[in-house]
Amino acid sequence: MVALEILGLSKSYSVGFWRKSLKPALHPLHLTVEEGETFGFLGPNGAGKTTTLKLLMGIIFPTAGSARIMGRDFHDSEVKRLVGFLPEQPYFYDYLSAPELLDYYAQLSGVTAVERKKRIPALLDRVGLADAGGKQLRKFSKGMLQRVGIAQAIIHDPEIVILDEPMSGLDPVGRREIRELIQQLKSEGKTIFFSTHILSDAEALCDRVAVIYKGELRGVGVVEDLKSKIADTAEVVWHGVHALERVSGLIIKSNVIGDTVRGVVSSGNTDVLLERLRAERARLISLTPVHGGLEDYFISHTSEREGVNA
Amino acid sequence: MIARIGSIGFNTFREAVRDRVLYNLIVFVLLLVASAPLFGQISIGLEKLILINVGLSAISLFGVIIAILIGIGLVYKEIEKKTLYTILSRPVRRWEFIVGKYLGLVLTLVVNGILMSAGFFLALAVFGHGLGRADAALLIAIYFILLQFLIVTAITLLFSSFSTPIFSAVFAFAFFVIGTMTDDLRSFAAAAKGITKWLLTAAAYLVPNLSSLNVISRVAHERPVGGSVVLYNTMYALLYSVAAVAAATFIFERRDLK
Amino acid sequence: MKGVSRTRGIIAVVLVVALTGAIAATYRLGSIQVQTSADDELYLQSSKSLKRFSLGFSGLLADIYWTRAVQYFGAKRIAHSMHYESLYPLLDIATDLDPNLLVAYQDGAIFLSAAPPGGAGEPDRAVDLLEKGVRENPDYWRFYFTLGFVHYMDRKDFAAAHNAFVRGSEVPGALPWMRTMAATMAERAGERTTAAAIWSRLFESTQDPDIRETASQHLTALRVDAEVEALEDRVRLFREKAGQLPGTWVDLVRFGFLRGIPLDPTGKPYRLQTDGGVQVEDPQRFPFITHGSSSSSK
Repeated sequence: MVALEILGLSKSYSVGFWRKSLKPALHPLHLTVEEGETFGFLGPNGAGKTTTLKLLMGIIFPTAGSARIMGRDFHDSEVKRLVGFLPEQPYFYDYLSAPELLDYYAQLSGVTAVERKKRIPALLDRVGLADAGGKQLRKFSKGMLQRVGIAQAIIHDPEIVILDEPMSGLDPVGRREIRELIQQLKSEGKTIFFSTHILSDAEALCDRVAVIYKGELRGVGVVEDLKSKIADTAEVVWHGVHALERVSGLIIKSNVIGDTVRGVVSSGNTDVLLERLRAERARLISLTPVHGGLEDYFISHTSEREGVNA
Repeated sequence: MIARIGSIGFNTFREAVRDRVLYNLIVFVLLLVASAPLFGQISIGLEKLILINVGLSAISLFGVIIAILIGIGLVYKEIEKKTLYTILSRPVRRWEFIVGKYLGLVLTLVVNGILMSAGFFLALAVFGHGLGRADAALLIAIYFILLQFLIVTAITLLFSSFSTPIFSAVFAFAFFVIGTMTDDLRSFAAAAKGITKWLLTAAAYLVPNLSSLNVISRVAHERPVGGSVVLYNTMYALLYSVAAVAAATFIFERRDLK
Repeated sequence: MKGVSRTRGIIAVVLVVALTGAIAATYRLGSIQVQTSADDELYLQSSKSLKRFSLGFSGLLADIYWTRAVQYFGAKRIAHSMHYESLYPLLDIATDLDPNLLVAYQDGAIFLSAAPPGGAGEPDRAVDLLEKGVRENPDYWRFYFTLGFVHYMDRKDFAAAHNAFVRGSEVPGALPWMRTMAATMAERAGERTTAAAIWSRLFESTQDPDIRETASQHLTALRVDAEVEALEDRVRLFREKAGQLPGTWVDLVRFGFLRGIPLDPTGKPYRLQTDGGVQVEDPQRFPFITHGSSSSSK
């Protein structure tokens, strides 16, 4: 079943002294996330990612459009039992300790007392906060707060987990731990929807991504497909400059130093190139494939271009 | 639903208790009550009268100050600090949140009021030369003061749901002050004519009627307070508070947060 | 979004119902309050401390206390109370807070000095209040009139009344009738015309509708008294002349003692009693008459 359906959600703010002109923060957005998917919502800062999530969570109200979560209307409070949310740079009641906070939130999400007693210590351990004890949250570092944030997002064992920039403010160790956590959640069959502007995270974790820029959806697709859309190339180095003429049609660009040629060829043409080089008796030094990444896809879709690429 | 409101209420109470502002004020009030005997030196024979007046007035006024000080941040802080985000992402209705916050603060004030009253009775027993049966009437005055807290908290919450702390404090305090003068407002309204009359009458009824809840001088003079007064004051305080909290939730239900 | 609107709808209903209930409850409380405040015991603080705490709004506070005095007085009068203990303290505080609150001295003195249940029955206090008014407002000569009124009407001290009018007539700006009043007081204090003059001056001097009503009723009563006396005189004359009492007014008219049927100020004919007395048709319409009703002496 469809975990998340965004049906034309849009948001415009009235600006100006007389509140007459409308400034769109989010143009009508249509998006679907399947159950069990890990979906990345990509875009530079200010693109509208957080606006979308705030709309989904009912923190702000849409100018138009609606959404469905696990098949139910997104404003239906009951459906929130199935949702875990971690906002960007979260702030929690600083006078509470981590266990107190989790207990409070779990209560609000309808977790029974028995369950809470079991889960809270285990969860704190899982996110690496077992040593936090009774320390008040006001004394936590940013990284520790982020972990509390993840913990409160999953304490009630939701079906769909929505994270806004989950890696922000973390050091490399922390980021790896969060990445692992997300992998775990993924293997538990949860649907994960997270926004980020860090592409390597998206590449590593997501099944599908969407790119949003200036409040508009610019592209959606399976990560592998998107990566391979940008042509893969290979860098070939050989001795034998005399062969260059023979293969010049295949080469995208080349660099010659003495008898050594360094050439870039598209990966579809590598076999043909190697054959011709052998026929010319050139000596192959190295062949290095260069994979296209999301980065190119991202950059190409966050330029000042109209229209949506699928 | 009840469970969620209870959780939020208890959490609000916990936050108030851990906020050290409360303790300073309690100490202040205790000091004030303890210094009351000094007033007795000025007019001999009126020690008890002055003690009761000063003591109960202090409990009333300082409770109101605490109600406003904490109340103005009740909703505003949650919005500013975005602690609300993770609350609203849970199956908590916005109105449940407001009601829970309100009940939590009311609980805080009631507990605070009871503590201050205990101190007051202690001072009365010691300096007023013992307690008698007539002093049971003081409990009615205290009960009315607690009803007053219900109203002031509700009003502060209402302002806090759409206005910044400073404005909320100003408006809430203004409503409190005017509220203590509603009997005079009504007199003015009776003597006025035309538009002024209607404006004054509207003001007299919209602003909380705190003058009826102030029986401090009555009980100080050991005059009785009628049962119907107790009944109608209770009904009034409950209904007015419900109205104010309802208005707060009405605003809050549809408000875009930061 | 429908869910939000429906919730708001329910909340709106709750709001309206609760607010209506609250207003009803407070209205009920207000009426209970009126009854119990007639029971007295207002906690009155010293005006000095009040002034200090009023943060510069002592004028407003004075108005509040004056309004309270008026309400207090009104409520007591409606209840036909005989005790008005808090009236003077309220007036004293109001005039301490704002010594230039002229109406508080003027009307307040009248409320104080009239005999209960129409007033507090404290003419001496009224004098104190007015003397304070005079001290604080030496240019306001009308206080002297009221002072004279109180001495004359309620304390029956014609000499003091005369004195007050003299003092008042010497204030620059005082209207000439003050001097006339002083002279009248010296020579013809006990006469009906003096009383009539004073009551009509009182009527002019105030805006308070109750005081004006009382004054005009007194003026009417004096007129009735005079008319009844005159009519009874005519009846006596008739009797002397005719040797018997007249049966009706027509007899007097026929014999030239009257020009027409005598009517009282409300337009109803006076009644000629069989014993030769004259009465008004409806004594209820004429409080304060000393002649012309069965309860007054003949």
